[in-house]
Amino acid sequence: MGHHESNYEPKWGIAKWFDERLPVARMVSDQFIVFPTPRNLNYWWTMGMVLFFFLIIQLITGIILAMHYIPHADMAFNSVEHIMRDVNWGWLLRNMHSNGASFFFIAVYIHILRGIYYGSYKAPREILWLVGVVIYIMMMAAAFMGYVLPWGQMSFWGATVITNLFSAIPLVGDSITQFLWGAYAVSQPTLNRFYSLHYLVPMLLVAFVFIHVWALHVVGSNNPEGLSVKSSDDTLPFHPYFTMKDMYMSVVFLTIYAFFVFYMSNYMGHPDNFIRANPVVTPAHIVPEWYFLPFYAVLRAIPDKLGGVIAMFGAIMVVAVLPWLDRNPIRSLRYRPKARFFFWLFVIVAMLLGFLGAKPAEGWYVTASRILTAYWFIYFLVIVPLLSKMETTNRRMPGSITDAVLGHHGKISEGAQTASSGH
Amino acid sequence: MTATMDEHQEGSTRRNFLYIGTGAFASVGMAAVIWPFVDQMNPDASQKALASIEVDISPVAVGQAITVLWRGKPVFIRHRGASEIEEAGKVDVASLRDPQKDSERTKKPEWLVMVGICTHLGCVPNGQKTGDVKGDYNGWFCPCHGSHYDTSGRIRKGPAPRNLDVPDYSFVSDTKIKIG
Repeated sequence: MGHHESNYEPKWGIAKWFDERLPVARMVSDQFIVFPTPRNLNYWWTMGMVLFFFLIIQLITGIILAMHYIPHADMAFNSVEHIMRDVNWGWLLRNMHSNGASFFFIAVYIHILRGIYYGSYKAPREILWLVGVVIYIMMMAAAFMGYVLPWGQMSFWGATVITNLFSAIPLVGDSITQFLWGAYAVSQPTLNRFYSLHYLVPMLLVAFVFIHVWALHVVGSNNPEGLSVKSSDDTLPFHPYFTMKDMYMSVVFLTIYAFFVFYMSNYMGHPDNFIRANPVVTPAHIVPEWYFLPFYAVLRAIPDKLGGVIAMFGAIMVVAVLPWLDRNPIRSLRYRPKARFFFWLFVIVAMLLGFLGAKPAEGWYVTASRILTAYWFIYFLVIVPLLSKMETTNRRMPGSITDAVLGHHGKISEGAQTASSGH
Repeated sequence: MTATMDEHQEGSTRRNFLYIGTGAFASVGMAAVIWPFVDQMNPDASQKALASIEVDISPVAVGQAITVLWRGKPVFIRHRGASEIEEAGKVDVASLRDPQKDSERTKKPEWLVMVGICTHLGCVPNGQKTGDVKGDYNGWFCPCHGSHYDTSGRIRKGPAPRNLDVPDYSFVSDTKIKIG
């Protein structure tokens, strides 16, 4: 990992002996203590650590919940109530797990938008970006299957609607849905396998987080200026400068999280999930968890079944190919006012889609969803590539990160060259 | 020189054959080993064993409907009145998204039997109970994404691609049907 030279020197004989055989302490020192990190990182760069905390919280609370939960269609709902009422501290552990999922997504959305705003997906960080998209998709799979496990009405019907998305595939659609269900409808075999897979996906996720961090440490962090690191003046060691910054934000996040866990534990849930799953009665109004709402709105905006499904998956895939849609050498939108305008418009559109995803599919809600869905795709497929070619900055870019920090501003062309030349 | 070339080519042909043959054999073997790990996900024997049920329909009066569970899915059995049958029969079939005559969807016109799952994304449409919202065509209405079905269970409006499915069923007697 990393291109900087190792300056780790074992102090004791045994450490030296160990280092020659398994240089794990050297790796920790090189990658997480002295690791050269751009000195101008702002708080938007702290989400990585926040996400790490929530991953750990989800793993620990999840393993404990698995000791008390029963993955059976007749018993799952009651076993969750058993956790909430009988198991010592069960209410706390379950509230931490269910709200932890929501906070995981809050942090990941900030993390992704930061990446788009500051051009963190651009060369040489394309693989880093793609691994991130894979992690995001895994998070969605884990969250979706986890939401099914309590076997309430919203669990059951959410599972039904989402698995039925695959029935839109021509010819093999019905076989695929039966394969996913292990039955002819969402039922016991479905619940049982979702439980198994809900346990598997986070393990894969941990592996991909390692790859994500590895890819990050090969190329180094991007920064708010979008400039590549030129000299050691541009960087500070990761510890203590950024560990402290990360810890500060983690504590802020955990404080808000604790407020939700203790005082608003069901705020982000749905009352219908307090009703046991009933395969013959669909709730009047099915909504997914809040973090899926923009994509759900895209699904419903398209009046055709297969078209809706393609649009929904496409809405995620356009984000994955962003490095190849935006080839402008200037990374940070600080120096791209036009792109910045359309970026914030995109953020507003994504939030409005989230709002519409929670509304019934009728009247002006549908019309609005269609317009906003169109913007989502036009933003990525037309506006971003066009601005990528056309936009040149009208602000003077600093020559280096150090210049930016100290307030020296150079010429535009220098900055553009710096950004395109990689590291 | 020519001889060695020939020898060399002969050798490489034989080697290529063994190489490709071994690879092909191993691939088929791998596929055969992987298949059980994949196929275990498909509906198992206990699920298939639930494949048919018998339902007594004698208590269902004209204008009433019942919902029974078949293979984990709701099946609507509706005892239709004359006006519903007439309404379903006079529709211009060519104008439908999934063209089907009412007579193709029933064995006896007064009994409509179909899987009560919206062909869009699998919700159960409303319309079985007298107080339910039945949609613009007086049949069934799916609240999830707004599909309207008529008194023959045909899709008339909304995102669903197909009419409500009619399962395999038969009349065992005048008052009993076998589904599946």
